[in-house]
Amino acid sequence: MSSETEVPHMREVGYVSKKTGVRWMPVIGLEVHCQLGTRTKLFCGCEYRFGASPNSITCPKCTGQPGALPVQNREALALAVRTALALGCTVATKSKFDRKHYFYCDLPKGFQISQYDQPYCTGGGIQLSTGKFVRLTRIHMEEDAGKAIHDRGDMTLVDLNRAGVPLIESVTEADIETAAEAVEYLTSLKEILQYCGASECDMEKGSLRCDVNISVRPAGEPWRTKVEIKNLNSFRFVSAAIEHEIVRQVDAYEMGEEIVQETRLWDANRNVTRTMRSKESAHDYRYFAEPDLPPIHISSAFLEYERKLLPELPSSRRARYESALGLSPKDARNLTAERVVADFFEAAVRLSDKPKECSNWIQNELFKMVGDPELGTERFEELQLKPFDLVSVIELVDKGSIAMSSGRTLLRAMAETGKSAKVLVAELGLAQVQDTALIERWCREALVGKDKIVADVKAGKPNAINALLGGVIKLSGGKANPQVVRETLERIIAQP
Amino acid sequence: MSAYSALDAVGLAQETARGKRSASENIEAAFDAVKALDSELNVFLNTNLESARALARVLDAAPAETRGPLHGVPIALKANMCVEGFESNCASRILAGYHAPYTATFVRRLVDAGAIPIGMTNMDEFAMGSSCENSAFGPSKNPWDETRTAGGSSSGSAVAVAAGITPIALGSDTGGSVRQPAALTGIVGFKPTYGRVSRYGLIAFGSSLDQVSPFARSVRDVELVTHLMSGTDSNDATCLDEPRMNCEICDLKGLRIGVPKEYFGGGLQHDVRARSEEALALFEQLGAVIVPVSLPHSEHAIAVYYVVATAEASSNLARFEGVRFGRRVDGDGSLQGMFAATREAGFGPEVKRRILLGTYVLSAGYYDAWYGRALKVRTLLRRDFEAAFESCDVIVGPTSPEPAFALGSKKDDPVAMYLSDVLTVPVNLAGLPAASVPCGFVDVLGRALPVGLQIIGPHRADARVLSVARAFEEATSFAAARAPRFFHGARS
Repeated sequence: MSSETEVPHMREVGYVSKKTGVRWMPVIGLEVHCQLGTRTKLFCGCEYRFGASPNSITCPKCTGQPGALPVQNREALALAVRTALALGCTVATKSKFDRKHYFYCDLPKGFQISQYDQPYCTGGGIQLSTGKFVRLTRIHMEEDAGKAIHDRGDMTLVDLNRAGVPLIESVTEADIETAAEAVEYLTSLKEILQYCGASECDMEKGSLRCDVNISVRPAGEPWRTKVEIKNLNSFRFVSAAIEHEIVRQVDAYEMGEEIVQETRLWDANRNVTRTMRSKESAHDYRYFAEPDLPPIHISSAFLEYERKLLPELPSSRRARYESALGLSPKDARNLTAERVVADFFEAAVRLSDKPKECSNWIQNELFKMVGDPELGTERFEELQLKPFDLVSVIELVDKGSIAMSSGRTLLRAMAETGKSAKVLVAELGLAQVQDTALIERWCREALVGKDKIVADVKAGKPNAINALLGGVIKLSGGKANPQVVRETLERIIAQP
Repeated sequence: MSAYSALDAVGLAQETARGKRSASENIEAAFDAVKALDSELNVFLNTNLESARALARVLDAAPAETRGPLHGVPIALKANMCVEGFESNCASRILAGYHAPYTATFVRRLVDAGAIPIGMTNMDEFAMGSSCENSAFGPSKNPWDETRTAGGSSSGSAVAVAAGITPIALGSDTGGSVRQPAALTGIVGFKPTYGRVSRYGLIAFGSSLDQVSPFARSVRDVELVTHLMSGTDSNDATCLDEPRMNCEICDLKGLRIGVPKEYFGGGLQHDVRARSEEALALFEQLGAVIVPVSLPHSEHAIAVYYVVATAEASSNLARFEGVRFGRRVDGDGSLQGMFAATREAGFGPEVKRRILLGTYVLSAGYYDAWYGRALKVRTLLRRDFEAAFESCDVIVGPTSPEPAFALGSKKDDPVAMYLSDVLTVPVNLAGLPAASVPCGFVDVLGRALPVGLQIIGPHRADARVLSVARAFEEATSFAAARAPRFFHGARS
């Protein structure tokens, strides 16, 4: 893989100790848990919803009732396989589930059904913008545990709604060397999972969770003891925890201390990591093959079927937007961050053949509407606008039928009311005034008392006229065509 | 109208469906028997007369054309089976008071066919044992001699049938837990091919070995019950897609009966050997051909079994920690303390021993030497059978190396107890179908004790096993024998 290739950027990474001047190289691997967006849980028919009242989405299977047995969810396998294909992994034709044992109150069966020595896929990875390739070791499927709530007096409350929700855990090789690389990797992973329809990847709802494995070593030396950091529920925390941990480990080594293998928690209040458990208290999970589930066989026909369902991925779309549609890298990135936006953009371009305008309108106007409390839309897909609606506004503006500012008003009104552009232009009286006599009257009115500007223009400063434009547009209620206004002003001023 | 306890399930269902008797009368007869015998034999851990009566009334009101093949037949269920309305405590203190929120698939199917569950039967705690002495509620007694074991772990279910309380009962067979008690109480027990009957609702002991298995006083009854319970279940992914069984009394002429020399070794009690050899002689008379076969890895079966079964048990029993169901003991107030205190107080000594064994064989550093190796030998055992079945149609031998032993005689020697299963365990490890049918008696201290003959078939050849069992039953009268003192209706 291309990770072996020396990329110029890589020479710059590392952390140079202020004390000793030694360049320390961080060695970072990520483990990402991601909830698959299936209708039902991994081994039972319960339909998980985030935020449902505690223990309302449970059954004998996911509460570990004696005698209940797991049955594999086929949709989960399909989404897991689709993700693997999108990440370039090798899907195993045969794999199996294993039991991973530990005692905790949120683990109903006393074991978690996971995959140990035969994950359903291996290999693959993600290419970063620097050209660096972050390799995936493996991805496996497993069921989520429930949730233990400890902050209710001396009680511990257990909510098993989440128990049994399907997860995929992807594990990278220790190819990452900076917090920025980690965040870029996670951002790309999230995009890919969302594009595949595999996961919502909403960290706030816990549908994407990241653990960091990190060690440091002086450049060129062998790897040292690694530490695992948990409880990272935003990309910002991932970045901050990595930055903090690099400094902590380097300081420790330079003070002559050792780093012990342990699990640390990110404390977001104090911006530090702290010990959760040491290796001595690490679990012996006593893995063995889950006897209640037959081995998983993935046929080549199933693989091909899932391959056909793969959408064009964000990296490929970005490249195409830049090369074929002439967008800037920044615009391409903004438009592809979410699949719904990219799909909307492409549909609008197909209707209008105006990629730049579509890009600008989406980024300047539609993005503003998302999260606008007045509209009540929190997500792009909730906007009451179709690509056709956007294109019809762009056409009206381009033809000069309405002013740019009216276009914005119109688009927002369409999102609010769901009415068509044509209807709203009439209702709101947004059509541009083409009547030259009327425009001339507004111009003359605006020129009253502006002798200095007139003199400036006459003295060979044509840009001085801009100061008058706004006044005319205002008098017209925003409906005068700016080009006509400019020409009219020029004509009047040029008159002797 | 025949006496309730004189009929097998097929006979009772026919009389009831035709209106010669009512389901309600059957229930009253069954509960009369419970009343008469349960205090002496310790058969049931809990019964539910009310629900049984209610179900019987529904069945009695049902139109004739909707009456199923088990119409109005009372059935006893092992206490490791989940049935709404009953306490499924596995004869363990840790599950005292546990009422499952759902009903097992196999119970549902039998109820749909007209069966009426009357109660949950005594057993070795979590099905771990061969004598019922590991029950937290005292052992069931053998109706042929109440000082002796009824075998185990499905002890109460065997006794319910052997004592005439119900014509049929369900047990679970993980290493012989149905065949051995069937042999020791003189009735028919049948372990289907692994996966033929859904395990959904059977509280797991050794998941790769467990199989729901019926007891009855006739081969046709176990055949019918197995038939009704069979078939895929969307709640059990290991369930086989087997066609329903169609057993006919087979002509034994030319049938090749394999006799493994390993099953007639030194540990076999003299009289049990004699009854087994008489049975083989009878088969020969009926036209079968005796073929000597070898199952060379049999000597390792017990060792393999006690690694595989305990490993799975240590995992399956991890869920009993007091959080969601069953008993909770707070301990020192910490979470881990509660888990430990609950398990310490809730599990009996044999269950703890097996959890420790199973935990050990799965531990990092020991897995390969124990569990990993046991899986390999398990494969060799399976291949032994496959090789043997190339030269024979069924394998026949004794079910248990000895007749019912005295309660207390092996209690303090777990290994001696484990060896009671030496002839049945290989079948579970290989996932094969096997029946135990009565094949005579031995006289022990003036009392006749039943002996069982084991008939083992190749994978999925359940119908063949039962056909041979039926032919043997037809040619003998052992299955008709009744325990003299403790058979309902026999002493009045």
